[in-house]
Amino acid sequence: MDHTDPSQTEALLAVRGLTKIFGSLKACDDVDLTIGRGEIHALLGENGAGKSTLVKMLFGSLEPASGTIFWKGEPVRIASPAQARALGIGMVFQHFSLFEALTAAENIALSIDDDTPIMKIAERARNLSKAYGLPLDPFSHVGDLSVGERQRIEIIRCLLQEPELIILDEPTSVLTPQEADKLFETLERLKGEGKSILYISHRLEEVKRICDRATVLRHGKVVGHCDPKQETAASLARMMVGLEVQNVTRDVPARANDHRPLLEIEKLSRKPATPFSVALRDISVTVHAGEVLGIAGVAGNGQGEFFEAVSGEALQDRADTVRVAGHTVGRLGITQRRLKGAAFVPEERLGHGAAPAMKLSENLFLSRYRTDAREYMGAAGTIRTSRIAAAARRIVEAMDVRKSAEDPEASALSGGNLQKFIIGRELDREPKVMVVNQPTWGVDAGAAARIRQALIDLARSGSAVLVISQDLDELFEMSDAIAVMHDGQLSAPIPIAEATYEKIGLLMGGADAAHPPRPFEEEAV
Amino acid sequence: MRLELVKRPQQSTLFSALSPFIAFGLTIVAGAILFAALGKDPVETLYYYFIDPLTETWSLHELAIKAAPLILIAVGLSICFLSSNWNIGAEGQFIMGAIAGSVLPVLFPNFQFWFVLPLMLIMGMAGGAAYAFIPALLKVRFNTNEILSSLMLVYVAQLFLDWLVRGPWRNPQGFNFPETRNFHEYAILPEIWSASGRAHWGFVFAIVAALILWFMLSKTLKGFEVKVIGQSPRAGRFAGFSAGRMVIFAFLVSGAMAGLAGISEVSGAIGQLRPTISPGYGFTAIIVAFLGRLNPLGIVAAGLILALTYLGGEAAQISVGLSDKVVRAFQGSILFFVLACDTLIHYRVRLVRPAQKAEAAHV
Repeated sequence: MDHTDPSQTEALLAVRGLTKIFGSLKACDDVDLTIGRGEIHALLGENGAGKSTLVKMLFGSLEPASGTIFWKGEPVRIASPAQARALGIGMVFQHFSLFEALTAAENIALSIDDDTPIMKIAERARNLSKAYGLPLDPFSHVGDLSVGERQRIEIIRCLLQEPELIILDEPTSVLTPQEADKLFETLERLKGEGKSILYISHRLEEVKRICDRATVLRHGKVVGHCDPKQETAASLARMMVGLEVQNVTRDVPARANDHRPLLEIEKLSRKPATPFSVALRDISVTVHAGEVLGIAGVAGNGQGEFFEAVSGEALQDRADTVRVAGHTVGRLGITQRRLKGAAFVPEERLGHGAAPAMKLSENLFLSRYRTDAREYMGAAGTIRTSRIAAAARRIVEAMDVRKSAEDPEASALSGGNLQKFIIGRELDREPKVMVVNQPTWGVDAGAAARIRQALIDLARSGSAVLVISQDLDELFEMSDAIAVMHDGQLSAPIPIAEATYEKIGLLMGGADAAHPPRPFEEEAV
Repeated sequence: MRLELVKRPQQSTLFSALSPFIAFGLTIVAGAILFAALGKDPVETLYYYFIDPLTETWSLHELAIKAAPLILIAVGLSICFLSSNWNIGAEGQFIMGAIAGSVLPVLFPNFQFWFVLPLMLIMGMAGGAAYAFIPALLKVRFNTNEILSSLMLVYVAQLFLDWLVRGPWRNPQGFNFPETRNFHEYAILPEIWSASGRAHWGFVFAIVAALILWFMLSKTLKGFEVKVIGQSPRAGRFAGFSAGRMVIFAFLVSGAMAGLAGISEVSGAIGQLRPTISPGYGFTAIIVAFLGRLNPLGIVAAGLILALTYLGGEAAQISVGLSDKVVRAFQGSILFFVLACDTLIHYRVRLVRPAQKAEAAHV
């Protein structure tokens, strides 16, 4: 498409006709991509569009079925990440691979092949962190660091290899807006030195802000190359999704007569269960009938611990700490809380919300064997398989779950489709209280819109919905009020009319929490 | 050329059905090679192993006698293994069940009524369950590794039995032989069909236990709970199942089954306690459980096959002069091939040609 591009002759990396096939699925189909020197190049696409597959081929963790990769004009085969590094390609993954019990320097040392002494590595890491404005104490333990700081370790680890091309996979998905700003400054500086960056994201605003060119993937194919600064967020989204994403409507009037508090949490505290989990401190929040309350926050600030406490997977010391529809449930387990009318959707789909090797119908039974005992169970504790299968079919239909077999194992579904099923499983019960952790994480735009609309509709029909999410756009779209979780504490909810990205972002960084911000943010430079 | 395992998108039904047969075939081949290497005629040895024991009525009865404890223990173990509780100590629970069940006929030989036998069976189950409760409690309370604790308790049980029959429980009229007095007639588990052979009711218990546990596992909420907790503990917690209670439940059930097997063996096949009452049933049952794919009905078939290798092993020792160590190794190879062939259910094998790799070196 950009064969006339004059920079192509001296492009750092060029990819022609790259294809990767998994079974019958073409994850990457005849992909062309050109990255010039000193360019920040965006790779845009929905989940499942083939971004990760493409990048894994560039980094040598996957072998292409056909097509050629040119590095500085020479055709190369990249058979392993070590080879990619030797060429000068570095990568910062979305999911960090760091040992929490080791220091930053020790983690960096682990990834370096020769046996450079640790002090030397720490020294070089410190110099790099100064040079690029990435404050980091090499001797701090990873377990004590925020996610943003952990990402800096990954970036510095990557920079130590002196790469000419740096691949960043969804780097801002775990950062506060302010932390993201710092990252962008670093990227600009790297670009100024002539390094190239392949920036993978589905956040259109930041792509428009920092990227020079963009390649958009859809269903494994390149659907366009463009200059993101010339495009609008809407036009980019259209390229990614292929059609206008239907906006969620929140304006359905709530039933005015009923504003009872349905979920009440009062002074919830919880000691950390493991050395690396977060303590919850004095969390109080109430969700009323007809209301969607959003909880924002950077990952790892206690959201998982909070979810477990509310769901009853972890019990409270006092019964009146948590109330569901007026019943005190603090000392009751998850099954009893479900019987009082609550429903829960955890963050992890496979292995928490669903048992991977079990069929969809069995996974339906998993959370509803007690609440729907009369329907699904016979006398003497026997299971009525056919009724459960019928209910599973109903949910599959209602939520438009795409699957390859009649009743497949949960692990055979894509993340988005499984999430639709899990949400549908709980909605099907018409719960009075719904608590959802990361409802659309890793879900494609169409499915995400459907899930959000379903949750809003549930609230408008008179239930209370609590949504924990890292996706601010999502929370602004859905919530009637947003509270922010930071370091195990929860801010007061801000009504949506008064909430701004800046306000929420500051709270996410810990601005007004009783606890002072983490020390390295300012002083380590 | 290099072999690679590629994960199948879905379990292969074909290989689920074929895998036990492939495994059996490979075992035969490996066995034949092993026997040939030892200088025995492989065909003859295999004949004594697998065919000869099936040709006569009395040896079919022996087959049922050997299979009964294997099946009983293995169906209990299937509950443990399905729920990810690695009870390796069934041998000890077998022995403790035998000891607990023998209290009445050994210490109260004059207490002779029809209900002695039912009491003995119940006490046997209780004894096995109580002994299995120790590693279960240690696991729940102190997070102890149940593999180690249950295994070590086997040796404790073996030595305890040894001490009992040489010391306090020794038969006063037994000329100082290390064994208890013979059980009286009310304490003997009767034969199923005494006209044709000596197989006792233990085999019936094994079949009934297999049916009950099969029903529980496949049709009831409790069975669902066992599987969820075993496959995905966190999803089990989300479902509201208690992992700790499941540990206790699984150990109690498998302990009771092993205990029942123990007292049935002692009161049915042996008729008294001796220093050694089991040729390793509790360990072989682990093989049986996996050979039967942790499915109680499959375990019945697997128990019969393993019992056959016991009988065949004895026959081969007698007629071909095979060492009993070789017999054990051959049994072990069955489990090895079964587990190896099960890989084919989830993976397919792909050949990777070296030519492609050579190109890669070009960089």
